[in-house]
Amino acid sequence: MTNEGQSLQGCGFVTPALLWTIAFFVVPFLVMGAMSLATLEGRTLIWGVSLSNYAEIAEKAYIWRAFLVSLEITLTVTVVSVLLAYPLAWIIAFRVPAEWQRLALLLAVLPFWTSYVVRSYAWLLVLAREGMINQAMLGIGLISEPITLANTRFATVTGFVHFFVMLLTLTIYANLIQLSPNYRRAAMDLGASAFQTFRYVILPLTLPGVVTGAFLTFVLCIGDYVTPQILGGNSELTVPQVIMVQLGRRADFPLASALAIALMAIVTLAYIFSARWLRLDRL
Amino acid sequence: MTRLSALFLTTSALSVSASAVLAEGELNALVWCDHTDPALIEPFEAEHNVKVNLREYEGTGAALALLEQSRPGDWDVLVIDGIDVFRAVEANMLAPLDTSALPMDDFFPEVVMEENNTIDGVTYAVTEKFGYNTISYNSEKVDEADMQSLATVWSEKYSGRISIYDYYLPVMGLAAIAGNVATAEIGSGDLPAIGETLSTLRSRSASVAGVVAAQTALATGEVDIVVGGGEWLTAVLAEEQPELTWTIPEEGAVRWAQSIGVVEGSENPDLAMEFIKYIISAEGQARLATSSCFWGMPANAKAGDVLTDMQKDVLRWDSQPDYLALTQLYPAPDADLDIEMQDLWLETLQQ
Repeated sequence: MTNEGQSLQGCGFVTPALLWTIAFFVVPFLVMGAMSLATLEGRTLIWGVSLSNYAEIAEKAYIWRAFLVSLEITLTVTVVSVLLAYPLAWIIAFRVPAEWQRLALLLAVLPFWTSYVVRSYAWLLVLAREGMINQAMLGIGLISEPITLANTRFATVTGFVHFFVMLLTLTIYANLIQLSPNYRRAAMDLGASAFQTFRYVILPLTLPGVVTGAFLTFVLCIGDYVTPQILGGNSELTVPQVIMVQLGRRADFPLASALAIALMAIVTLAYIFSARWLRLDRL
Repeated sequence: MTRLSALFLTTSALSVSASAVLAEGELNALVWCDHTDPALIEPFEAEHNVKVNLREYEGTGAALALLEQSRPGDWDVLVIDGIDVFRAVEANMLAPLDTSALPMDDFFPEVVMEENNTIDGVTYAVTEKFGYNTISYNSEKVDEADMQSLATVWSEKYSGRISIYDYYLPVMGLAAIAGNVATAEIGSGDLPAIGETLSTLRSRSASVAGVVAAQTALATGEVDIVVGGGEWLTAVLAEEQPELTWTIPEEGAVRWAQSIGVVEGSENPDLAMEFIKYIISAEGQARLATSSCFWGMPANAKAGDVLTDMQKDVLRWDSQPDYLALTQLYPAPDADLDIEMQDLWLETLQQ
């Protein structure tokens, strides 16, 4: 095949994905950007170029607080999920016999098979004052009366971590399994302890997979509406919740769009911060 | 989330639009969840040999956005919060309704609500269901005498045992009533006092919850009181947990009402009208009142001939004259006041 033929074939393969991205990402993004510069006067949408929605974001304390809450929850979820998922992925990759690894992975992602909303409501029941956890702690005498777990940030973080540990386990496992055992053997032969082998050999080599999973966790968590809405009990508001309030009754699409753009700016910063280690091909 | 919402709205409109074009004898209705009960819809479909396509929505803003993004003729029927009928009319989304063919004389007079449904002498919608945003509670866990006054409902005594219904208009209406401000009279000057009441209520509540979460919280004992609840929250649980009940305190409560009308430009206006006739007939009203999603009082009093005694007991049928006299309609703020009220609500939630 000539170079020109190969080039045409390449274009043929790329075009569907390119058109898809343009239609369902670039165009909606441009519309959203334009919408964020429009204004709502009374109940009439006025197209134009105004920064009033961004000014409103800067002025209103509850919106700032929502950004802070979103960031705190997202960072907590990301760190806790990584700390739980790494050992789990390690055990599956290096401790579970090869013939059982597929089953172990299947079990690890089993909760994915249930509806996200149903899973969140299930957590609400588990964390309730008369739920399983409180009853268990009362039963063993750890507490004398039920404690409030549901409708708190703890509940939101728990629901998120349950979901994202599965995701991170997969990304980290995919990274670990690609490592040749010779790296560990070589480190041990050179006198490194188990911890030193992990710290100076395994961890740096698996960092791209960890960062990739953490970045996906960050992106999905900071934009999620369902979990904080169901499990958080509105004890504090995240940015997606504030966006939904703007849309629900008043249909304030301009302010909602500006909030979404601001959220996207945070995700972009997270990307820039993690770009050094980000390896999406490790997924 | 905004992109997702917009995409969702657009694809919803496109998909229903496509089905409307392909299928004759179909009716497309934008509704609240109580209309999705097959027990309500299937008899109409069977009688008229049509398919009713139902799309649930939450919040008038979402419904109006969806209608704006649709082509004329995509939608036939709209169920809407009674206080927002004027918004749909302003946006030219509701067609005039010929009420001469409807049993308006059978309605409870207080819920005909021409002030909501009729604009400049033209009727665009009729009330189909109403109820109360008031106090739901577990009668085995609270002193029922305390539930008869808003002051004692959210007193220190019940701190941490309260959930607040997650919709700012009725809850702020209740806060206004607690401060002797009529819901129809709420203005910017009243908001600081309403905000103080909300702050007190918020500080003593365990959660601010939507319909399902509030029901779950009450049913599982997570909380014992739902401020803003009512028959719509506890009626579906009455059979299994009769201790979950509701009352209207002596200060009064907020009354909600939903209206139904034909969408401007409907390609099936006659069928849409037949649907409205069915919904407000005695049989349709009884089914709508006891929908599996949520119960509420039918606007047509003749539904009482169809409902069972047990159902009427749960709806407090015989107490309606007192309740109607004691309650006030939802606050219906103009656009500017609406923004102020919503900001106050969000500030309170973030405290």
